[in-house]
Amino acid sequence: MRPRALVAVVAVLVVAAGIILFATTRDGSSDPDVRTSEQRIEVGGGPGVSAPVSLDTTLYLPARTPAPAVLVAHGFGGSKASVDADARDLAARGYVALAWSARGFGTSGGQIALDSPDYEVADARSLIDWLAQRPEVALDGPGDPRVGVTGGSYGGALSLMLAGYDKRVDAIAPVITWNDLGQALFPDATGTPPPGDTPAARTFGTDGVFKRGWAGVFFSAGASPTQSAQASVLGRGNTGSDDATATTGQGQDAPPVATDPGQGATVQTTPGTPLTCGRFTAAVCAAYTEAATTGRISPATADLLRRSSPASVTDRITTPTLLVQGEQDTLFGLDQADANARQIAAAGGTVRVVWYAGGHDGGAPGSSVRDDIGEWFDHYLMRTGPAPSSGFAYAVQSGVRAGGSTPTGRTIVADAYPGLPGNAPVTTQQMPLTGSPQDVVNPAGGNPSAITSLPGLGGSLGSLAGRLSAFTSELPGQSAQFRTDPFTESTTLAGSARVTLTVARSPGQPAGSEAVLFGKISTLSADGRRVLLGSSVAPMRVPVPADGSAATVTVTLPAVVAPVQAGDRLLVSVSTTDQGYAPANDPAVWRIGLADTGAPAALSVPSVPGRAVTENTVPLGYLVGIGVILVGALLAWLAARSLRRRRLAPEPDPAALPLEIHGLAKTYKGGFTAVRDVSFEVRPGMVLGLLGPNGAGKTTVLRMLMGLIRPTAGTMRAFGEPIGPGAPVLARIGAFVEGPGFLPHLSGADNLRLYWAATGRPPADAHVEDALAIAGLGSSVDRKVGAYSQGMRQRLAIAQAMLGLPELLLLDEPTNGLDPPQIHAMREVLRRYAADGRTVLVSSHLLAEVEQTCTHVVVMHKGLVVADGTVDDIIAGGGAASFTVDEPSRAAAVLTGLDGVRDVAVDGTLVHAELDGMPRASAVQALVTAGVGVQSAGPRRRLEDAFLQLVGEDATP
Amino acid sequence: MTTPDPRTNGSGPAHDTRGDTALAAAEASTRRGHVGGFSAPVPTEPYDVARTMPLRIELIRQLKRRRTQVAFALVTLLPVILWVAFSLAADGPPGATVNLVDLAKDSAANFAVFALFASAGFLLVVVVALFFGDTVASEASWSSLRYLLAAPIPRARLLRQKAIVAAGLSLAALLLLPIVSLIVGSIAYGPDALVSPTGESLSFWTAVGRVLLGAIYLALAMSWVAALAMLLSVSTDAPLGAVGGAVMTSIVSQILDQITALEDLRNYLPTHYANAWSDLLSGTIDWGDMTRGVFSSLCYAAVFGAFAVWRFQRKDITS
Repeated sequence: MRPRALVAVVAVLVVAAGIILFATTRDGSSDPDVRTSEQRIEVGGGPGVSAPVSLDTTLYLPARTPAPAVLVAHGFGGSKASVDADARDLAARGYVALAWSARGFGTSGGQIALDSPDYEVADARSLIDWLAQRPEVALDGPGDPRVGVTGGSYGGALSLMLAGYDKRVDAIAPVITWNDLGQALFPDATGTPPPGDTPAARTFGTDGVFKRGWAGVFFSAGASPTQSAQASVLGRGNTGSDDATATTGQGQDAPPVATDPGQGATVQTTPGTPLTCGRFTAAVCAAYTEAATTGRISPATADLLRRSSPASVTDRITTPTLLVQGEQDTLFGLDQADANARQIAAAGGTVRVVWYAGGHDGGAPGSSVRDDIGEWFDHYLMRTGPAPSSGFAYAVQSGVRAGGSTPTGRTIVADAYPGLPGNAPVTTQQMPLTGSPQDVVNPAGGNPSAITSLPGLGGSLGSLAGRLSAFTSELPGQSAQFRTDPFTESTTLAGSARVTLTVARSPGQPAGSEAVLFGKISTLSADGRRVLLGSSVAPMRVPVPADGSAATVTVTLPAVVAPVQAGDRLLVSVSTTDQGYAPANDPAVWRIGLADTGAPAALSVPSVPGRAVTENTVPLGYLVGIGVILVGALLAWLAARSLRRRRLAPEPDPAALPLEIHGLAKTYKGGFTAVRDVSFEVRPGMVLGLLGPNGAGKTTVLRMLMGLIRPTAGTMRAFGEPIGPGAPVLARIGAFVEGPGFLPHLSGADNLRLYWAATGRPPADAHVEDALAIAGLGSSVDRKVGAYSQGMRQRLAIAQAMLGLPELLLLDEPTNGLDPPQIHAMREVLRRYAADGRTVLVSSHLLAEVEQTCTHVVVMHKGLVVADGTVDDIIAGGGAASFTVDEPSRAAAVLTGLDGVRDVAVDGTLVHAELDGMPRASAVQALVTAGVGVQSAGPRRRLEDAFLQLVGEDATP
Repeated sequence: MTTPDPRTNGSGPAHDTRGDTALAAAEASTRRGHVGGFSAPVPTEPYDVARTMPLRIELIRQLKRRRTQVAFALVTLLPVILWVAFSLAADGPPGATVNLVDLAKDSAANFAVFALFASAGFLLVVVVALFFGDTVASEASWSSLRYLLAAPIPRARLLRQKAIVAAGLSLAALLLLPIVSLIVGSIAYGPDALVSPTGESLSFWTAVGRVLLGAIYLALAMSWVAALAMLLSVSTDAPLGAVGGAVMTSIVSQILDQITALEDLRNYLPTHYANAWSDLLSGTIDWGDMTRGVFSSLCYAAVFGAFAVWRFQRKDITS
């Protein structure tokens, strides 16, 4: 009954825990309530395109409609399938989500025009028109749905552009996207910083250095008629599906694209368009071809890219904008989001900026950023949540990986993005910079080139890219280095550091009219370890005067977030080559130095103070779960306790026998029946022998009497109380069964002392001295039991059984391993023990043992009791005697002649006879008188006969 | 015999291999033993279940064991060994990335964090598994279990008392490691602030609190190892089987946790949140993973623990 109750409690506990675990870990990602419908929507072809373009779309409907809508735009090289998880998440959150493949991608028609206002942006406006007609979409007014836009990279720029061109957009959340595509692909880090001290501000020059690595990846993604796996790398600009996506890489986007069989066939190739242009419009193709061949940006290209850039419309965006940018992004750096933030804030828009640890070189945003986006829409579209802060949050990553693949990091939150209108400017620290002017070599053709990042591969390589760059980012002779003093206290660098440098010709060395240089910033720890921050470089094109004088330039180094420990330095290096950029082809030597501006040279290091926040608070569900487990355990304990209490202590019955056993049986789990049916009684003062051959079931009976084994049938009572596992009456029973059991590392005395202490009874009741006297170990009692001989252990164990002088003593083969004097002493001990009114039960397979020690005997065989009685009864019977004589036949004749003597039998020199009341002495006298030599006379050993008879030939297995 | 048992002669092998000692002992022990009278005792106090197997006694029984002393010595020595290893290691060429070993030499707090990180995955698991897995199984292997149960100590009570003592010893070992590390670290590197990999720093005394809190989290997170070891301990008579089984399960779980392809399934692994205490090392603490970790561990511990009690209650003791 008790185990059953325990099982029930455990079952309840497990089920409750399971439910909580399930409820709290269940993800909403595959919400069954989300319904989807796929449809093709015809939109106008745009200028120069006569036929309408068919867009492949999927509409995700939430459980409750009408609801606000969110357009989910995919990244470059992706399709509507790559944003499926995001759209589903939004629908599960309660929005009508619309995902579509942009023109030129997936199975949509048309050609890629790079988020052009005339084509892609116009398409998106048509989709808003379409949404306005849907009954599931909540409206702000006729033809004006409540709608938000989100998307990564290519889709992010579309979000911003759409907000600029269509006033119906109510909230946007662009992710890792550009402000000015021309500046992103042709960056120039020189020039005085723009007004308003934002952390990552950079002046956008007019003639930057071509970012050929990324541009090539970008172009090839749209160039092939069928999209390659590499192409979809850029499509990773979606907002991610879960944390796993962020860590396992964006490859998850690729399969849906690659396995879509219909997509290749629908690509429209306008007749006359060269195959090299792929699915790009002729204008885009021409601009790329020009840039790739010359390495320079022409005014026409600048104009084309400008029209594809949010920068062209940010002065019109008043929509609440959540800008999410990646800290590991050599394509669209933090400076692009900075520009977007500045421009939108200047136009009066509400802006929140989030920098997360990822980007085009890292991974998609994690769950906390996706929650940010969700909350942004909840407030501005659903109008339910609290107003999100218009502040700033950025992640600080460490280079240390704590275990597995989990990078360690934290998120810092500031109340405001510094430098925006109304906000305080960014805090900067001027770190003194040292380094003499150094000559750097620009190799002919810009080869070999330093490698700092791997465009399009960085994300999948993870930290490997960073390790690689440690060895390849600086080539000998190609870079000049300047270092700050060690930082006195640890700082977190957040934004773009600035430095003013001079670039001059080196006397007597070749040089062109302009230098192409790459600025980098690294941390340098005291032991010389160097980490290139952000894996990124700040390229610059510096016109150098021909007269040998120096050009002075202010360089805005890459915007990064990095912890700088106290004692570390920052290292600014300027090198001549970088694999990702178009190099200067003419060989040249430039002398780079720190500018003398009157004040000591210094590096301006921005930081954004804020408070570290943790991603989430204590998860309540799990906390409740912990409580449930603890309460469950407490209840189980209380239940077990009350069950134990309920077992009433029986009334002590002075007349009760020390031991009564009825119908005892034991069948082990394997089906072996050790004890079939054993019943006997033991009375006070008895020394009962339990006799039987090996395997008769003696030890099993004793183990059951000790509460170690549960009988399958029968009852056992000691002093009137039932015996079972842990029964209190066991305290009145001392036992020694199947050998001693001691802690080998303790002395004999300690063993006895601790054993008695474990029984919880007062030390005075133990009578340790008596017990030790019985053991007779002498001084060995203080040695470790591990060093005892078997006999010593045996005696110590019997002494332990006698501790507290129990009223019933169970001994299993007590004389095994003892020498003859000890055996003799032991018999004496047992007799005396029983003489004081106590009871002893001795099991043995030795007949002589039982005969000499016991008053009563129970003979067992094959699990059954075969005989039971006093030893005298069984041995002496009615007076049987044996005589050892020299003349057996004559002796037999003499005995037969005596009056009353029967059953005379001769057995060798032995003569057995039933004397029937006549004393053996009289019989002996008769024999002696008759001249028979009597060697010995004694009771006939009937027990042995009986025993052998009972046990038969197969006695010993 | 119905229940053949090879251990009827106690620790037989020890007896055999120490023939000389045994002979000498036999000489001293062949005295017959004194046979006195057994004056009927008057028990001053009757048997009381609630007094059986006092915690103090069980603690003494365990503390006198060599394995307990070795475990504590190891935990105490580990920080010293680490210190010596750090001072002996030659400074290699600087690598590109920061690692925990570099940080460990910054301050006593960092040193303690490293020591805890280095030992949490295996050493401390072994220690906890040893204290819990060995406790019943070793009694069974010495045959002393049957005498304790026949004393009688109720089985659930024996298990409870043993679990409490094992828990106390485990907690002591888990706290001893960071405390000794802090002391050794203070001598070697100075009692300076904890510098986290993300560039945050915590004052020395805050860091001490966090490190000790981390040790307590580890103790809770390892409750499942304890309960599993206990379950194995009552199921086998071989202490090595119980300890090894629990440690092996922990290692398998850690290996499975490395397989990112398992994704969310890994959340159900008992060791998944084992390193969550690193969240304690930042300015503001993210309790999320630690709460999940404690919940997950307690779930497993409750199931294993209840099963251990159930099994021990029903078991036929044949050792």
